[in-house]
Amino acid sequence: MSAGPTSYPVIPPGVSDFREAGAEAAAGWQSPEASEVTLVPTHCCYCGVQCGMYLKVDGEGHVFGVEPSAHDINKGKLCPKGVTAYQQVDHPDRLLHPLVRDAGGGELRPASWDEALDRVAAEIRRIQDAYGPDAFGVYSGSSLVTENTYLMGKFARVALKTKHIDYNGRLCMVSAAAANKKAFGIDRAANPWQDMLSTQVVLLAGANVAECFPVMSHYVWGARDRGAKLIVVDPRETPLARTADLHVPLRPGTDAAFFAAVLHAIDRDGRIDQAFIAERTVGWHDVRETIGGWPPSRAAEICGIDAELIERTATIWGTAERAMAFHARGIEHQIQGVENALSIINLVLATGQIGAEGKGYGTITGQGNGQGGREHGQKADQLPGARDIENPEHREFIADYWGIDEAELPHAGVSAVELVHLMETGDVRGFLALCNNPFVSMPNATRIERCYDQLEFHVQIDFFLSETAARADVVLPCTTWAEEGGTTTNAEGRVILRHKAAEPPGEARPDWWIVGQIAERLGAGDRFSFGSIEQIFEELRGASRGGVADYSGITYERLEQTGGLFWPVPGEDHPGTPRLFEERFNFPDGKARFNVVEWREPAEPVDAEYPTRLTTGRTVAHFLSGNQTRRIGALVEQTPRPWIEVHPSLGFAPGDPVRVITRRGEITLPALVTETIREDTVFVPYHWAGAVAANLMTVDALHPVSRIPEYKVCACRIERGSEITPSPPPPNPPGEGVGGAESLTTTDLRQPSAPQGRGTSDA
Amino acid sequence: MMGRTLFIDPGRCIGCQACVAGCRECDSHRGKSMISLDYIDQGATVASMPTVCMHCEDPVAPCAEVCPTDAILVTADGVVHEAAKERCIACANCVHACPFGVPKLDMEEMLQYKCNMCYDRTSEGLAPMCAAVCPTGAIFYGSIDELLAERPSAAATDLVVFGEQEIRTGVATVVPAGYEHDGVPGER
Repeated sequence: MSAGPTSYPVIPPGVSDFREAGAEAAAGWQSPEASEVTLVPTHCCYCGVQCGMYLKVDGEGHVFGVEPSAHDINKGKLCPKGVTAYQQVDHPDRLLHPLVRDAGGGELRPASWDEALDRVAAEIRRIQDAYGPDAFGVYSGSSLVTENTYLMGKFARVALKTKHIDYNGRLCMVSAAAANKKAFGIDRAANPWQDMLSTQVVLLAGANVAECFPVMSHYVWGARDRGAKLIVVDPRETPLARTADLHVPLRPGTDAAFFAAVLHAIDRDGRIDQAFIAERTVGWHDVRETIGGWPPSRAAEICGIDAELIERTATIWGTAERAMAFHARGIEHQIQGVENALSIINLVLATGQIGAEGKGYGTITGQGNGQGGREHGQKADQLPGARDIENPEHREFIADYWGIDEAELPHAGVSAVELVHLMETGDVRGFLALCNNPFVSMPNATRIERCYDQLEFHVQIDFFLSETAARADVVLPCTTWAEEGGTTTNAEGRVILRHKAAEPPGEARPDWWIVGQIAERLGAGDRFSFGSIEQIFEELRGASRGGVADYSGITYERLEQTGGLFWPVPGEDHPGTPRLFEERFNFPDGKARFNVVEWREPAEPVDAEYPTRLTTGRTVAHFLSGNQTRRIGALVEQTPRPWIEVHPSLGFAPGDPVRVITRRGEITLPALVTETIREDTVFVPYHWAGAVAANLMTVDALHPVSRIPEYKVCACRIERGSEITPSPPPPNPPGEGVGGAESLTTTDLRQPSAPQGRGTSDA
Repeated sequence: MMGRTLFIDPGRCIGCQACVAGCRECDSHRGKSMISLDYIDQGATVASMPTVCMHCEDPVAPCAEVCPTDAILVTADGVVHEAAKERCIACANCVHACPFGVPKLDMEEMLQYKCNMCYDRTSEGLAPMCAAVCPTGAIFYGSIDELLAERPSAAATDLVVFGEQEIRTGVATVVPAGYEHDGVPGER
């Protein structure tokens, strides 16, 4: 273990220093003397696991700490983001007042709610009067509670009357969603994770579970403790891959070829489940014909792996009585993301591994409400209850429920990235957005910024000033998750209830209040006159009734009593549906669909000029665009900046400046030299902004159906650089909230010592 | 090995540092972590390992043995406490004596800090923060029977060997079942 110099005059030399936590000085961390501490039960604000936790609230109503909760999902466990999540609440960077930029430019300045809201309403009216209702777009997100995701869909269609609303799940869950609907007729994980404890094989594809869903690791280890084998399919040796029974380090963008060959080998060896295929599926014949053309030798060449790995995967999966497969963004963030998911579903169906305890399949939802957020109408083509906006019966039901004429209900709009691209052509001239930070998170970021520059008016709702909010004309301060309750649906399909723990600081307000105020100014106030988040839930229940995602039997009281219910819950006496597909799939004939998948090259294959594959992803200390986690001292200390992961054979030494160049942009990053990545592939994490945003380099090619961007593979070249590109601090409004960001400005140019961050003793 | 104690299993560790973050939440040293989390064999693997105070039983913990002011109390349950604030003179004897590099000196406060296995929590029947939050069970709190109930094939040892020096520890190290060993090696 290495030890190096420290900032403390510590005796003897070489002993590690203490790590100050949080953006605030340690003195601000004293536990309040007051014995009055309230533990408020809630769930984490970050990923789709939705770990239970208690927020500790002092006598003055301040959230000051966290206490593990024995909730059934996580049994006390939390990741470093979860432990420190509460530090956002009283954070000095919080937006406390509405901010307005005067026409003609200048800096953002504090304004009253009335001034800010009047300006928003006036600009919406002006733009819609001049260019039509669709010239104003809405971009929402899946870190919102389900109530607010429902509200945003209704707000866009009823108050703004625009067809242009989409959400940031478009960058996340849509490939899996499209595949699930095609194969099963319903978009939800098939099993509770508890099922993992009775399976014999866990297969993880394109899912860095240890870093993106750390607490899910507990279920994976639980399965292994009981004898299950673990297969990890990932170009990188992730922390779970390190000790897996089998790690398949394939080339990025070749997943469908791999899974076709696995199924080929299983079929060749006579290990498919003929009875299941006959009784419960349709379409096997065509799939079988296609995979016939995928012997392991062919796929091995495309995937850049030994054919033996395909054979061993086929043997482990094919001989198991009970097996479960999970995948995440690694296979989904591709122009063949839907097909990749379908290739795994084909494997699951052909071997009958679904619909029973220990047999199953699921995508691992990214955002906290990545599941609930894609069900109730903030998607461009969707209405509440996972209804289809182009289905006449669905339109009629929802229009009637909302009290509008069906003809008034807009039709499908375009997907998130396309919506932003419409700013280039002037089709979208005004934009209302919340719960997202596209300057960091959308592909080909330079083009994204150029698009926003064309806008006539841009209002962003957030609780910290994100890079995207910093260029808005109006910024409206909203609550964090600790200051408003509501429901989310976790990666298992379990609807859970968060509780409000504190009053919002300054003039920050709940999202639903802000949206309601705008609706009122647009003359639609009567349809948005909610007095509480629970009232929105009550309306949402009714809107979902009879839909695929039926929440009508869920009440806050039931969630309180049970700790969570798995949808569909079609009646108040219905117990919920933890495991799907035990008897039928969600098609009229009750049978699942095989889908023919043909692997194809990524949108940007490598060539002589750009010979290396660039793949992007996450690290455990940060979340999505980093607008939250880049402000938490402990997380910044663990992982202060992005790096580039390169194989030792490329000739770089640790910390060397490496220039990575694609057709769209370049960054010079410090090298993390490691044998855990393929020689032909480099990795850059994406949570950082400005000149070190990985998305300066990614390609904005979209899946033809799901419209998900191909973040996970594009072509680059790397060369020795001269100066490492510094990472900018997160923005704050002028004259306000500089307490934390100053100390977090990282001039640190060193690479972390491992993909998970810097060790506590690392120099 | 104590009755209910920490069990460390580096094989399960994913290097996420939830333990480090959790340790900072402890009321007795809020904002300071007593845990080292090291990425080992850097460049060759993503392996990682947490180091907590091992609460040595040798027959008295070395840190307590060398403390000139008797500031380090060992309670009957085997927990080796941090140096008492009113006694500690920040001489660093404990830092030198500890075979695991655990005690830290804060030279601004002129005090020693180390893990006391979250005595405020364990005395209330709660698991220490690191073990409560650890997503993988690489740090587990309970009795050996409780460990075996969750991990039927696990085995553990309380012997750590540094060359010719053997140390019995209150905190246990998980070893592969059936693994023939004379204690886990204390150094690389």
